[in-house]
Amino acid sequence: MKYMLLIYDAPGTRELFQSDEGRELMGRVEAIVAELRERGELVGTQGLADASTARTVRLQDGAPAVTDGPFAEAKEQLGGYVIVDCEHERALEIAMRWPLIGTNAIEVRPVMFDGGAEM
Amino acid sequence: MSAQGGVEDLLRRLAPQVLGALVRRYGQFDACEDAVQEALIAAAEQWPVQGVPEDPRAWLFAVASRRLVDAWRSDSARRAREERVAALDLADAADATALEGDDTLALLFLCCHPALTPPSQIALTLRAVGGLATDEIARAFLVPEATMAQRIGRAKQRVKASGGAFAMPAGDERAVRLRAVLHVLYLIFNEGYTASSGSELQRRELTREAIRLTRLLRRLLPDDAEVAGLLALMLLTDARRDARTTADGDLVPLAEQDRGRWDGAAIAEGVALLTATLPRGRIGPYQLQAAIAAVHAEAPSAEATDWPQILALYALLERVEPSPMVTLNRAVALAMVDGPRAGLELLATLDADARLAEHHRLVAVRAHLLEMAGERDTARAAYREAARRTTSLPEQRHLERRAARLA
Repeated sequence: MKYMLLIYDAPGTRELFQSDEGRELMGRVEAIVAELRERGELVGTQGLADASTARTVRLQDGAPAVTDGPFAEAKEQLGGYVIVDCEHERALEIAMRWPLIGTNAIEVRPVMFDGGAEM
Repeated sequence: MSAQGGVEDLLRRLAPQVLGALVRRYGQFDACEDAVQEALIAAAEQWPVQGVPEDPRAWLFAVASRRLVDAWRSDSARRAREERVAALDLADAADATALEGDDTLALLFLCCHPALTPPSQIALTLRAVGGLATDEIARAFLVPEATMAQRIGRAKQRVKASGGAFAMPAGDERAVRLRAVLHVLYLIFNEGYTASSGSELQRRELTREAIRLTRLLRRLLPDDAEVAGLLALMLLTDARRDARTTADGDLVPLAEQDRGRWDGAAIAEGVALLTATLPRGRIGPYQLQAAIAAVHAEAPSAEATDWPQILALYALLERVEPSPMVTLNRAVALAMVDGPRAGLELLATLDADARLAEHHRLVAVRAHLLEMAGERDTARAAYREAARRTTSLPEQRHLERRAARLA
């Protein structure tokens, strides 16, 4: 089963990563990703640029229009994701060990698949 | 059959025999496995052009042995081993065939080693026993090739670290390990069977591979009733493949399938296997599941299904191997025999089960039984809830359609 770990950054996370403490945190993130890769569980991972760089496209007066910034002014913004192929408990365990779990939140969502059992 | 396909089948059949013989002789499962993969790749390139060698197994054994020596030679700390290998006469590879059945069996046991997680057992079995290449396995499971290569490499390391012996486990251990092997084959089959569209071709390959490997296991253990039971279950289930989805990849429930599109030959083989097995061996969960599939397969129409017999078989299965999923299925059978209220009452006993409480199947079955009971509104709400909970796109479409039908 594949799970996506959506990593939501609290305000100030980006600044934090520029500090000395941030470099240590980055090292811990890299260590977990290396572990996932080594165990053959990693399907993909990306970090996203700051939410202020986002453009949101939606319909305005019947035509698609581009506005600056993310879709919602949320306190926490999506900062990146990891997709893993493993058991549910293992996906939760990875999320619980993620650095910055003290301030940030990680959503663990199953990825839909294109197969199914007959009912 | 094309020459290409013929060579491929031959290689896949020989792969575990050559690997088994190599491991028996040199030890070092992980290094031998790499060497055999390289020999298989060389053969796949050369044989269709130059023709199949007179003794293909000896050819593969010799090439793999040479690769093994090359690998050792590149590692100066292993000089001593190199000399040992070099001293062996590669020409007497024919002797390697004597124990090929036992070797293949020992390989299967090794690949399903208890130190490995199920995904690793599956990947290693498909590569070492099935002779599939890493990129093929990666495509079938929709993960990057590097991820699958890592998974297989790590599995081999773990087998090595846990001192997995290339030998037949004895006594109780053997029974436990055989159960693990059967479970892995069952998982491979299911992975392929539950595919509906898109990647179907690659996944259908998995179903075929699971059946091929289970046939192989049955040849090696002809007297084991559960091995026969698993093979019968696979054949009887796979017989419904063409009828279970529409051209658009939508799921067709068992009751609505066009039975004319079921594979009669597969059903006949499965039923014959089961008929020969049931009276002989100790009854086990695979035989019982196969027996249930056989009752469905032999019913001329959904209405003519012998539900009392299916109910009795589920009750037996629940005693042999209790699980909430079995109880769930028994509730469906009970509803067909004693009416939807009886089924719903049994379902209610599962609400407290943490393993199933949030599972979409529980809600989907409840929706179905509520619909049978004529409770359209609650049934519709339950279908919607089940649709929200499933992670399968075709199941979600199916459940949403059911809900819409009751609107």
